[in-house]
Amino acid sequence: MNTALELMQAKFPKATCTPTIDSVTIDVQPEQLEKTLSGLKNDPELDFGLLLDVTAIDYLKYPQSKETRFYVVYTIRSWKKNMLVQVRTPVPDPESGIPTATHLWESANWGERETYDQYGIHFIGHPDLRRILNHWQFEGHPLRKDYDIYKGQVCYDSDPMEKEIKARLATKGIDELTMKDINTEIMFLNIGPSHPATHGAIRILTALDGETVIANVNEVGYLHRGFEKTAENRTYNQIIPLTDRLNYCSSLMNNVAFVKAVESWLGVEITERAKFMRVILSEFYRALDHLVCLAALFVDMGGLTNYWYLYNEKEAAYDLISRLCGARLTSSFTRVGGMYRDFYEGWEADLENQLRGIEKGVNDSLALVAKNRIVHDRSQGVCCLPGDRALAYGFTGPNLRASGVPFDLRKDNPYYNYDAFDFSVPVGTNGDIYDRIMVRFEEIFQSISIVRQAMKMIPKGPVNVADPHVCLPPKDQVYSNIEGLAGHFKLVFEGVRTPPGEWYDSFEAANGELGFHFVSDGSGQPYKCKVRPPCFYTMGGFHEMVEGEMIADTVINLSSINIIGGELDR
Amino acid sequence: MALGIEAKLGDSVLTTKLDVVVNWGRQYSLWPMVFGTACCAIEFMSAAASQLDISRWGAEVVRFSPRQADLMLVCGTISYKQAPILKRIYEQMPEPKWVVAMGACASSGGVYDNYCTVQGIDNIIPVDVYISGCPPRPEAVLDALMKIQDQIKGESVLNDRHKDFKGVLD
Ligand code: SF4
Repeated sequence: MNTALELMQAKFPKATCTPTIDSVTIDVQPEQLEKTLSGLKNDPELDFGLLLDVTAIDYLKYPQSKETRFYVVYTIRSWKKNMLVQVRTPVPDPESGIPTATHLWESANWGERETYDQYGIHFIGHPDLRRILNHWQFEGHPLRKDYDIYKGQVCYDSDPMEKEIKARLATKGIDELTMKDINTEIMFLNIGPSHPATHGAIRILTALDGETVIANVNEVGYLHRGFEKTAENRTYNQIIPLTDRLNYCSSLMNNVAFVKAVESWLGVEITERAKFMRVILSEFYRALDHLVCLAALFVDMGGLTNYWYLYNEKEAAYDLISRLCGARLTSSFTRVGGMYRDFYEGWEADLENQLRGIEKGVNDSLALVAKNRIVHDRSQGVCCLPGDRALAYGFTGPNLRASGVPFDLRKDNPYYNYDAFDFSVPVGTNGDIYDRIMVRFEEIFQSISIVRQAMKMIPKGPVNVADPHVCLPPKDQVYSNIEGLAGHFKLVFEGVRTPPGEWYDSFEAANGELGFHFVSDGSGQPYKCKVRPPCFYTMGGFHEMVEGEMIADTVINLSSINIIGGELDR
Repeated sequence: MALGIEAKLGDSVLTTKLDVVVNWGRQYSLWPMVFGTACCAIEFMSAAASQLDISRWGAEVVRFSPRQADLMLVCGTISYKQAPILKRIYEQMPEPKWVVAMGACASSGGVYDNYCTVQGIDNIIPVDVYISGCPPRPEAVLDALMKIQDQIKGESVLNDRHKDFKGVLD
């Protein structure tokens, strides 16, 4: 870690560099922002090619006073060198704003749009600065601290998006004049926001020439449910149920990612058993998440049989899951400092049964798919995205690996003893739909193997840390002595207190890097809690994948990148 | 060879009320339009899948075109951004039509009491049955379906349902 800090200090002598958990925070003035960011991106010794997230912080109600009310933070990763930096810059005037980073990373486009939408910060030179999560008739900026959380604003009509699609067409050399030409027949086709092919609520607006997509623009935000604002008004443990509803196909992984981020700042080392439990359950859920993704994909491709082979295993897994946590879909199974409870008796047999079921389902489906000419023709060489473009758009997880970039946090920045497991990271070569399918199939097998290894290694012992400031004391203490009772009340009412500060922590979720960026004011509720959702940035690169392809392939491409509304729009 | 009811009745005449026959038909051939936006839609998938099998109530013909459906199932959170679309789709469904709000979000906004979430879809369109839960178990969807069938029983072809409804978007 120190080496990264020294490196940054040497490279950017004018900036203040401070180490946080896993990363280095670089504080720069807006005038140097541009130079710092391009240095990070273009210096071969640094090679920060993956812009993970852009967000802002509003310090209006923060106990310590800051230089300016707003700060903008860029979270950037150099995946080859395993370095993470957060570049922070004060924004003296949100109206005039700060320079954009869209010319360096494509992912800055959507990231900065979100920051503008939620905080009202302008980015000078941004090509398309407009709202993204909130609707176009919305006034004000909801994540500003002076925006009342309950102040809803009615949207009366959808945005026609005519301007945007025409602008996109213009970049392809098709302007108004060409469109008026009697020989050009451009048809606009709108898929969604309520359409069976969108698997949720996304709007895909395409301009077609025959069946070929010439231009595409997408609108998201239809499922924006204010996760971040709500989280600012909840204690850390109260946020866990909200995280279930981010990627609801693998709710437990979100639970783990969230508490892992909180614990990393608290400096709490969870018990060995809890670590293994988290690994077992995360990998189990990764397999389930991929099952649902593939099942839906093959339905879109016309192979309904695969749906039954794959989805039935997911349905069967609900038995085990509800025995474990009492719910089918929304697990809420972790707590800061450990787990909700230990495994039930006899879980090993149930889990092993379930793993066999999944293997059987996947093998049955593979037997239909692997040598199927139709699947090959429809997916090979279709909707390709090369590795460098995928990185530029901020892809992570299976979608990035399908494009040939072998980046996986479990290998490159291991947590929870992942370095002790024997598993491989499947990568694709072309970044086409076929690669995305096959990477997911293989990851299911790898996850099953990790679960089996972990089941052999899991030690006995407590699942929660014995720290009354973090975990609820055992019930016999609560009922028999005043200390236990007071500890219980304090934790429930005030929440787990975290030291003041800011940090980012990430986790390899089923869809890619799921990060949480917190700002704490020292209380039991986060001052700010920003999610870095893998889906959001994947969707930001969707247009580049489908332009030039057939409209029917757009549909299966959408399922191949596994967009989950809850996580996309939060 | 005559089967079932014809065998019993021969060529005799059967008299009944128009309402009863029509309602009987409607009750067992509900065509749902699934307006799935979020987590609840995943549980609806389970209700439709083999284990619980919604077709036992004659409601398995899931239509994604509102013009062919008469039962709207709103599964998931409705944000203000989504509201005009929900209303438009509801209006595209031909009368008579019924609406089920599945889950806490559709019924009342659920855990999302904030600036972007509609606090219950009955602010936008009339609702006939609410299902509690976050998410409700798939069995609860079947229960709601039976409640809708009961409601249909008591209806009359002469009545215009929800004529006076006024939502925030009207
Ligand atoms: S009620 Fe619960 S499960 Fe259903 S959409 Fe809302 S948050 Fe998701």
